[in-house]
Amino acid sequence: MTDHELKLKSIRYRRDLLQYIVLAGAGHTGGSLSCIDILNVLYNRILRVFPESWTDPCRDRYVQSKGHSVEALYVVLADRGFFPKSQLETLCRYQSPFVGHPTRKIPGIEMNTGALGHGLSICVGMAIAGKMDSATYHVYTLLGDGELAEGSNWEAAMAASHHRLDNLTAILDHNRLQITGRTREVCNTEPVDAKFRSFGWTVRTADGHDVGQLTDVLSQDPERGKPTLIIANTVKGKGVRFIENVVRWHHGVPSAEELDQALAELDAAEAALAEASE
Amino acid sequence: MSAPAPSMFSTAAQATAKGLGLAMGRSNLEVFADTLLALAQTDRQILAVTSDSRGSGKLGPFSQAFPDHLVEVGIAEQNLVGVAAGLARNGKKTYAISPASFLTARALEQIKNDVCYSDVPVKLVGISAGVSYGALGSTHHALHDLAVLRAIPNILIIVPADNFETRAAVQAAAAADRPIYLRFGKSPMVDFHDSETPFEIGTAIEIRPGHDLAFIGTGETVIHCLLAAAQLENEGLNCRVVSMHTVKPLDTHALFRAGRECRAVITVEEHSAHGGLGEACGAALLQAGISPRFRIVAIPDEDTVTGSQADIFRHYHISMEGLIQIGHEVL
Ligand SMILES: [Mg+2]
Repeated sequence: MTDHELKLKSIRYRRDLLQYIVLAGAGHTGGSLSCIDILNVLYNRILRVFPESWTDPCRDRYVQSKGHSVEALYVVLADRGFFPKSQLETLCRYQSPFVGHPTRKIPGIEMNTGALGHGLSICVGMAIAGKMDSATYHVYTLLGDGELAEGSNWEAAMAASHHRLDNLTAILDHNRLQITGRTREVCNTEPVDAKFRSFGWTVRTADGHDVGQLTDVLSQDPERGKPTLIIANTVKGKGVRFIENVVRWHHGVPSAEELDQALAELDAAEAALAEASE
Repeated sequence: MSAPAPSMFSTAAQATAKGLGLAMGRSNLEVFADTLLALAQTDRQILAVTSDSRGSGKLGPFSQAFPDHLVEVGIAEQNLVGVAAGLARNGKKTYAISPASFLTARALEQIKNDVCYSDVPVKLVGISAGVSYGALGSTHHALHDLAVLRAIPNILIIVPADNFETRAAVQAAAAADRPIYLRFGKSPMVDFHDSETPFEIGTAIEIRPGHDLAFIGTGETVIHCLLAAAQLENEGLNCRVVSMHTVKPLDTHALFRAGRECRAVITVEEHSAHGGLGEACGAALLQAGISPRFRIVAIPDEDTVTGSQADIFRHYHISMEGLIQIGHEVL
């Protein structure tokens, strides 16, 4: 798949996730728009996870620690054919399997997440299991930057380097915002890179909205014996100007007019992209 | 203030045990560790995950025999349970072993989400449970674990009473592909079952028949129920003793039989009076319309008295003498 095709997908994913959030009347708009390009690159270029064989023991593992951005995950899984997209119309509805945080009820989802600070430990366990079995799979998790205040992340970060887990990659959706405001004002987690390096990790950075950069950094071989952190610098709400970098859109749901406005902006972006490629 | 008691059993209780032909066994914790080691001989998917707890978990022999099957995460219980869940999600038969107080309080959210809600078959092993740590105090006591875990869907809670139940429970848990909490103390236990006793998760064991009074105990309290029942027999009171080794799901069949066939039911547990075996039994009996005289013997909702496990048991009537007294009060 070309970069151009991926970029088109990103726009369509943004459109879809906004529509399903509006339909459900709930969702984590800012964070889903922030991480959608990361999920796009993961599921369309990196992860060896396929709907027809997704329980294969050799599959790569992806655990979304920042579970609240589940709408992004759902639309990508639907696009990859894990379930029909129309099922997302039931998101958050009475008796729907599509809960507002990831659950194993949905094909393609490895673990039930949503309480923050859980994914990295789970991935440490999965990566240790992979080492024990000399398995070729790689383990990925997606963390939020506000999430890094959870102490369990640092327990897991310590254990990951202690156990020399070079089959583990954590991606940080580094949008610098959380529900209350700027992460550095709520409880500063910076410098994230120095902290992880001092914990024995390899740290790499990328523009978290540049599919080419994300592909490059995710394709790089790990340093032997070291887990990898990819700091993906992102913009919360990316792709819709009135949502970008606005704190209240953490879990704000667009009104009908706001949705129209957002979709118009995404349509324009799609048209511009098509034009640029001609 | 008295000096630390030398034994869980008074001289009279020891004599009663001797009269019943009972002999002191080992700690349930040691029997757990031995059983796990034996299971690991034939099942190479078995892993012990520890939080600097291999010594307190009596896992020295296991770690020597299978060094590659013990995963150490350091003093980090949240990570312990998360890592165990990740391992188990990838086919490892994983035992997360840590003092019950830390395992079920510090890592409760990991238990709730990563194990139970995610339905990953981790065996959570709470060691030195209840007031096993005695005078080390409430930081180290686990008197909340049954209550919190009872309120979480998708976990079985097993509290073996003696060495036999421990061995059988660990073997049964190993064969069950689902989340299970196993709770062990570290005091040597009097063995009161013979090896022919059938053991099944969820099926209580009636150790002694009786119709006047039923003691329904769990874990390390059951022996005290048995000794009290033997003494009350001498007074002409016919006392049933039931080991409710599975606290969840409760064996309501055995409970209801006891409630219907006996004049009184006394539940006994090394746990808070809130949310444990007693309240579970009381609620079930009441909802079934069965109303024997009823008493919960447990650790009350107060600052737990300082002392050895034996001191604390005696203080709260979890002893032969204490239970005889409660039996008289109830009847
Ligand atoms: Mg953030």
